[in-house]
Amino acid sequence: MEAMLHIRNLRVEVGGKPILKGLDLAIGAGELHAIMGPNGSGKSTLAYVLAGREGYEVTEGSVSYKGRDLLAMSPEERAGEGLFLAFQYPVEIPGVSSTNFLKTALNAVRKYRGESELDAMQFLKLVRQKTKALGITDEMLKRAVNVGFSGGEKKRNEVLQMAVLEPSLAVLDETDSGLDIDALRIVADGVNALRSPARATLVITHYQRLLSHIVPDRVHVLAHGRIVRTGGKELALELEAKGYAEFVEAA
Amino acid sequence: MTSEQNVSERFIAHYEAQKGALPAAGLGWLGALRGRALAGFTATGLPTPRSEEWKYTSLAPLARLPFVPATAAKNGLTAAALPWLLPGPSAAHRLVFVNGRLRQDLSAPGALPRGVGLTSLAAALADEPELLAGRLGSLGTLAEEPMLALNTAMMADGFVLRLGRECRLEHPLELLFVALSKGEPVAYHPRGFILAEAGSRGSVVEQHIGRGGAPYLANMASEILIGEGAELRHFKLIAEADQGFHISTAHVEVAARGRYESFVLTQGGRLARNEIRVRLDGPGAACALDGAYLGSARQHIDNTTFIDHAKGHTTSDEVYKGVLDGYARGVFQGRILVRPDAQKTDGRQTCRTLLLSEGAEIDAKPQLEIYADDVKCSHGAAAGALDEEALFYLRSRGIPEEASRHMLVEAFLAEVVERITEEPVREAFRGVLARALARKVGGTGA
Repeated sequence: MEAMLHIRNLRVEVGGKPILKGLDLAIGAGELHAIMGPNGSGKSTLAYVLAGREGYEVTEGSVSYKGRDLLAMSPEERAGEGLFLAFQYPVEIPGVSSTNFLKTALNAVRKYRGESELDAMQFLKLVRQKTKALGITDEMLKRAVNVGFSGGEKKRNEVLQMAVLEPSLAVLDETDSGLDIDALRIVADGVNALRSPARATLVITHYQRLLSHIVPDRVHVLAHGRIVRTGGKELALELEAKGYAEFVEAA
Repeated sequence: MTSEQNVSERFIAHYEAQKGALPAAGLGWLGALRGRALAGFTATGLPTPRSEEWKYTSLAPLARLPFVPATAAKNGLTAAALPWLLPGPSAAHRLVFVNGRLRQDLSAPGALPRGVGLTSLAAALADEPELLAGRLGSLGTLAEEPMLALNTAMMADGFVLRLGRECRLEHPLELLFVALSKGEPVAYHPRGFILAEAGSRGSVVEQHIGRGGAPYLANMASEILIGEGAELRHFKLIAEADQGFHISTAHVEVAARGRYESFVLTQGGRLARNEIRVRLDGPGAACALDGAYLGSARQHIDNTTFIDHAKGHTTSDEVYKGVLDGYARGVFQGRILVRPDAQKTDGRQTCRTLLLSEGAEIDAKPQLEIYADDVKCSHGAAAGALDEEALFYLRSRGIPEEASRHMLVEAFLAEVVERITEEPVREAFRGVLARALARKVGGTGA
């Protein structure tokens, strides 16, 4: 059976500079994979390419998602198809309330999936369930999207969006950066709560510590634009102990 | 002869043909005022970009149009078809003007509180000229403001609102100005006069629209006198038809502890220029001049303001935000004058513009002239494109591109719309903006 996400020989340039140089990766439904790697190895580029951000030129290779050509879809189509990227740097949007943003996004995605849109009451009920576990207050929801949020609040807000949109494939880009240990646990609980046999998760991180809370099925090392090593969860511990030096030098 | 001169002579001919029929032709002071105004207009003609005040707004497109003076339109509109802004309980006092003249059959002034007078200009000149003598035409400089002079010479009707001492007008006065122009392009010159006596309070909502499909010129002038401790809120929606030209000059004088608030939302019209000139004339006098605009295609939208801090301890606050798409052009001229004696003045001005296309353009000219030393004044002007990061963020959450653009544009304008202090008006303007956005701003931003 075809994996949910299948990346084959992906080559990507940014501003004419090659960043991803033949990346292969397959993630099946129900699996959680981690991609680890040193700074500048192409981790965030991979995340953005999957989400469909402009400015990333795919020069070779393919990405199939649920059997469809992911690269041919607009960002909003990808979201409708169940792809979700938790941003490393969530964007501040002054003037748009978090509630309005969440409701618009949820109803857009529901519409895409052929489901009925939620009215204000139904939406509020749904959000109340999700915010409680994440320690997100009503006051935060009234504020403009990410404006005046602390680093930890921004990351929790990403996880809230993920919980509300219920993606089939969640890509978490450095979601652990800038989090204290309590916030890390809250975020990890949010991610774990969403794990199911029907869903897949890709965790992109520099450090091992998040992977103590979110236990991966597979760990990949990304260096110089390619997956250079793949192993089980113990690979993360090994990297934590030894660092990335051997991979940086190897290429 | 330039085309501007041509059209100036056409307007002068309008006056000669109409003057006998203008209201209260028998009033000596009024005749003299009109005469001075005509002399002023004749000397200058239509404004051209050669004058500093009109540097960025050319009336050349006007000059090509064979305007005729608008006559009273007795029919052609039904009350049911009028797009009122204020809902239910706020809709207490409504007047409709067609081609600048009051249409009683479409109006519903409602029950006014004691001490509040509301009438058409023509009726006020006939029935209580003593209220207007010495006041009407007292603000502004006829020799230097051609459009004001033209209005003063030609004004046939308009409204007169008087808020007596300590009177409160609970619900806003809603004024709907409809241009009805079929066939020959019409020009009309409505006049507003507001006298808010000491301690009074009220608000006025103006809406300007056009019907009929032909070009027209609405050249409005207003005089607003705000007494000690009085407060007037003035909201205006310029939603003229695609072929409409809207030019408006408002002169405001604010006495000690008085307050004037203005919000102008411009979304319709081929050319719209809204000029507000405020004189803060006593300690504690304050004004807030705000505005939002949304231009597309080849629209030209000009907001020109002048705040004269004539006395000390006066405050002004000004925020204009605009969004321009297509080949639309925006102009913001904001002059703030702090006179030598106006110590302890506080003046703030912000002008921000979002340019959605390569072809859109804004000329922003903040101008601070400060002759006192103990003042706090600031200004800032900025223009930029839509935030691509934010756009991607919204789309990555499943919100389609066009809806994402609209969300960001609405959010950009929300900051200034939130400043509208009158709740039903704020709601109404929000709705107007959302509909205008859906109609005018395309998904690609091209």
